[in-house]
Amino acid sequence: MTVEFSDKAKEKFDHLLTRYPNKRAALLPVLHLAQAEFGGWVSPEAIKYIAELLDLTELDVHDTMSFYTMYYNQPMGKFVVEVCHTLSCELMGASTVVDHLENKLGIKMGETSDDGLFSLRKGECLGSCGTAPMMRVNFDYYENLNADKLDKIIDLLREKA
Amino acid sequence: MAKNDIKILMAKDGIENSHQIDVAMKHGAYSALKKALKMENTAITSEVKTSGVRGRGGAGFPAGIKWGFMPIGDRKKKPNYVVVNADESEPGTFKDRWLIEKDPHMLIEGIIITSYAVEAHVAYIYIRGEYYKQALILEKAIEEAYAKGFLGKNILGSGFDLELTVHRGAGAYICGEETALLNSLEGRRGYPRIKPPYFPAAIGVFMCPTLVNNVETIANVPWIIENGGEAFSEIGKPNNTGTKLLSVSGHVNLPGVYEVPLGLNLMTLINDYCGGIRDGHKLKAVIPGGSSMPVLKAEECDVDMDFDALKNAGSSLGSGGVIVMDETTCMVDVCLNLLKFYAHESCGQCTPCREGMPWMARMLQRIKSGEGRPEDIELVLNVADYVGGDIDFSRGKLGKTICALGEAGSWPTIALIKKYRDEFEHFCKNHEPLIKRDKSIKTPKNAIAEVVAT
Repeated sequence: MTVEFSDKAKEKFDHLLTRYPNKRAALLPVLHLAQAEFGGWVSPEAIKYIAELLDLTELDVHDTMSFYTMYYNQPMGKFVVEVCHTLSCELMGASTVVDHLENKLGIKMGETSDDGLFSLRKGECLGSCGTAPMMRVNFDYYENLNADKLDKIIDLLREKA
Repeated sequence: MAKNDIKILMAKDGIENSHQIDVAMKHGAYSALKKALKMENTAITSEVKTSGVRGRGGAGFPAGIKWGFMPIGDRKKKPNYVVVNADESEPGTFKDRWLIEKDPHMLIEGIIITSYAVEAHVAYIYIRGEYYKQALILEKAIEEAYAKGFLGKNILGSGFDLELTVHRGAGAYICGEETALLNSLEGRRGYPRIKPPYFPAAIGVFMCPTLVNNVETIANVPWIIENGGEAFSEIGKPNNTGTKLLSVSGHVNLPGVYEVPLGLNLMTLINDYCGGIRDGHKLKAVIPGGSSMPVLKAEECDVDMDFDALKNAGSSLGSGGVIVMDETTCMVDVCLNLLKFYAHESCGQCTPCREGMPWMARMLQRIKSGEGRPEDIELVLNVADYVGGDIDFSRGKLGKTICALGEAGSWPTIALIKKYRDEFEHFCKNHEPLIKRDKSIKTPKNAIAEVVAT
């Protein structure tokens, strides 16, 4: 698979470079852009491409990327479901949310469903403590969860897929 | 009650579309900017010093003093930068999210005034990666501000230029530590930098002088300029001036963000603002300043919510993240939950933190699985001493690690064991919890919003 930004992404990339005094500083936003462009993960080919664009080594890109939890180095489900399980959410029943999702999706934490739709992960505090328990599906927050609501959300996502 | 309180930061609460520039301007946004641009920049810093506003990110360092470290005028040899810390990740804290969602223009106005005061022509908002929607709100608001001439070249004809950019992180608690944040902004791993220099005003981002302030600190600036530092200093208590956004979560009837004058009594907050403890349960404990701060027992909660009073009570105001726990809470669970968090978020640079956090977490896991030995409790405390010690220096030692994540993990651990030792001992002796854990989902029925898949 050839890895190259679309024209629209190239435009975004060029704009990003104007916002920083050097190319390396654009690495985090460029990784976000690449992940969105290239199927929701950053492949070794994408790393090579980014390194060339930013005059870095592949090792530089990998070194930075591997520090952060939001860049994926393997293909993920279409919907990455991240359940917050830090204290405030845990006090409000996050572990029951996890159990419910594991049953509903038929996968365990850290796994991706066979149909490639759902990846289930545990997340650390997502800044939604007043509306706990909560989960993040890609970029959307779902808050004040309960069993009924979880079922509805998963069904809606399945319909949407 | 809440309604009579002075509103500085939540003045636009309840106003529809308050994030849009036209609506915000109808309610006074950018009027302080116009005033500020006619002032000498040193006069702005003086007002902030007079206000006494202390950093709202957690450390409580006086903001005006921090601004004063920035080299300006003849002392300026390199470009200055302003970086806003919106990497809100301290468990129990969600106030900056409220400010960004509801009043991004107050933040942007604060950034422009701050940058003008410290002679910076480039500013960044470093926002945590998970706040994607919030980053979009900010980007839209910045676009609006550029269109109105509040950002860019020659702002409102003053000759002052400023470029403002939103920089998204990518999931790392440690990037809220200001020097880790700067490394992350430079496109590197979020490793905290070795101190000294203690302040990025000496060496910050791109090796240049940098002012790093929390979202809430900067959001206070327009009000201070509009009304004067003196007026701000009259709110709250001496040395603890102004209002504070408190993020309240856990077992209260009405969790949420509340703006209160510094020095409000914690029990008043819980009972009068937050509707008391849920379903008639009893208060057991409160973490008053984000998960890194020592827990207060119910009987210790008759305390004022300000920097000094909480310090005297053996805890800290920290980020203002108030986590309330009722009597169904098992403190062994709480301790394990927090240690797992800190073990996960340790950046790995310093041995005491990288090894100590997972070690303590494994010991807690052993206790929780019913295989704890009585000597494990002292062993956990012993490791905690070597990671960061206790908040009052009564045991262990501060400064074993490059940044404060060591202390952030050891302080709450030591406090939980010291104050609820009977629960830990019971678990080790009887191999079962003293308090049976209530795992049920406790979402209040009235809080359930419609489900919309976007």
